[in-house]
Amino acid sequence: MTDLLQLPLLLSLTLGERLALMGVVLFVLLTSVAYTVYAERKIAAAIQNRIGPNRVGFDLIPQLGFLKGLAGLGQPIADVLKLLFKEDVVPSASNGFYHLLAPMISLFAALTTIAVVPVAAGLVIADVDIGVLYILAITSLGVYGLTLAGWASNSKYSLLGGLRSSAQMISYEIAMGLSVVSVVVIADSLSMTKIVESQTANPLYWNCFRNFLGFICFVVASFAECNRAPFDLPEAEQELVGGYNTEYGSMKFALFFLAEYANMIVASTVIATLFLGGYQVPFWSDAPWWLQVGAFVTKTLFMMFVFIWVRWTIPRFKYNQLMDLGWRKLLPLALFNLLLIAMGVLIFEA
Amino acid sequence: METVSFILFSFLGALVMVGSIGTVWSRNPVTSALFLVLNFFALGGIYLLLEAQFIAVVQVIVYAGAIMVLFLFTIMLLNLDDEQALKEKFDLQKGFGILLGGVLLVEVLYILGLKINLPQKSTTLTPVEIGEAKNIGRELITNFLFPFEIVSILLLLAVVGAIVLAKKNFSPNT
Amino acid sequence: MPEIGLNHFLVLSAILFSLGLFGIMTRRNAVVVLMGVELILNAANLNLVAFSKFNGTMSGVMFSMFGIILAAAEAAVALAIVLNIYARFKTVDIGEIDTMRE
Repeated sequence: MTDLLQLPLLLSLTLGERLALMGVVLFVLLTSVAYTVYAERKIAAAIQNRIGPNRVGFDLIPQLGFLKGLAGLGQPIADVLKLLFKEDVVPSASNGFYHLLAPMISLFAALTTIAVVPVAAGLVIADVDIGVLYILAITSLGVYGLTLAGWASNSKYSLLGGLRSSAQMISYEIAMGLSVVSVVVIADSLSMTKIVESQTANPLYWNCFRNFLGFICFVVASFAECNRAPFDLPEAEQELVGGYNTEYGSMKFALFFLAEYANMIVASTVIATLFLGGYQVPFWSDAPWWLQVGAFVTKTLFMMFVFIWVRWTIPRFKYNQLMDLGWRKLLPLALFNLLLIAMGVLIFEA
Repeated sequence: METVSFILFSFLGALVMVGSIGTVWSRNPVTSALFLVLNFFALGGIYLLLEAQFIAVVQVIVYAGAIMVLFLFTIMLLNLDDEQALKEKFDLQKGFGILLGGVLLVEVLYILGLKINLPQKSTTLTPVEIGEAKNIGRELITNFLFPFEIVSILLLLAVVGAIVLAKKNFSPNT
Repeated sequence: MPEIGLNHFLVLSAILFSLGLFGIMTRRNAVVVLMGVELILNAANLNLVAFSKFNGTMSGVMFSMFGIILAAAEAAVALAIVLNIYARFKTVDIGEIDTMRE
């Protein structure tokens, strides 16, 4: 019957190569999470005119003595060790199984999205025909992690955080989906690789210029989907203590933390792919693969910087403002943009 | 290849059944909802086996990503997680349910056992092409334009209806 | 290993349908009853997609898509009704909501 293996895969990587690529991508993603946290703390310190983490170095290991001047770089490792050795407290009234399941779902949704993002021409774990829809499907599952965490903790702050997150993510998914549709209309394909190819090596043809309104909508919606400030209402510290993760500690909290930053990195890669030309090197359409990987990483790092920058400059919205922005401003804007793009495609490509 | 698809079908089919049995059987509505999500996921996999990629993804986006989140949202909002409060009065009803579901199942299986041959329609489309997003979109605005418009009006009505119902408070005092 | 034909999918769909019907008949929580309705809608969709593949036409896939859209509309309105019922009767037990009987 169905030849499943030849169905969605277009490129000629063997299964072994795909698995190797998956290992490399996951390793890079998970280690970069730790240093994203460090970068965030450093950038936040710079924005607020502080110094930031500057104590933990590598002094304990004599072989790494030459790193002495880089004090503070050991901070993420120390943080991870601290979380690992903490006691895992499960609230007695909580629902144990769901309490454990929730952070797993969160991390699963954060890590599986990366599978369809092309790192360089032909270098992609799974080049599915409908890659963009796959991303929308997986991100829409991430909400279960937060909602379940809120419910299973059996605490009112957690429950409020969980309810907020489910309402917020459903609302912003619509604007996100509509801005993705405008990208698909331009590229005439749902495959991530073809979307990157349609943007060519000329930066003026990248979607952030051709599809400016869609770019704005998508970036704002992905801030909301990642629950990052100014949209971090599900975990608003001042009003909800910690929101959905109030009752979490130790490794389970670390999983949520990991998922949040992995989400941010993956969202940056998706924005880079859909709107910033992905792996395309400016003005050099057949650059060697390592240069393409470099271009991709640079664009991703830039978007991550924007994520951090926005978090530490814009204060949190109120809940009614959040809903107002999502339904009354972003949604009409995304619809208008879709109309505009569709007319543009009809005029210029006919 | 046949072996692979048979194993996949058995696995996914088992998941679908576990999901649906869990949905109708478990006491806790949240457990029910999560089993239903599992069921939708497995059904998405079965659609992939049927080479209907687009439907598979739409299934996950719409069912698992939107509808079930609404269900969970309602369950949490009403704090329904303790169904022991709803006393099981009708044991008769449960027996009747098993009877009716069982009779229907036997009936359908019997009809399937008759092996009525379906008319094979000759067509230029391969199975993969049927499931492609492009073809579905083309079909939607040509042959299925009228249902498409009707469904969009229906969606509008559903949005308006949901808002009206949610805003109006039908409490006895007012 | 037997080849998987149309009947395999139809049997699976029949089982789904029966379980959905069982859920609607026996459960007393209105939200879970709605979940039973979703199971039945899914059984119909599975049939449509399977027919579409083994018959070589687009119609089944198209109608299953309309089915998914209908399910979304149904869920939105039905859950709004459930919220209203809860606001009025303080319960979602469908056995208790029987004021029409008096």
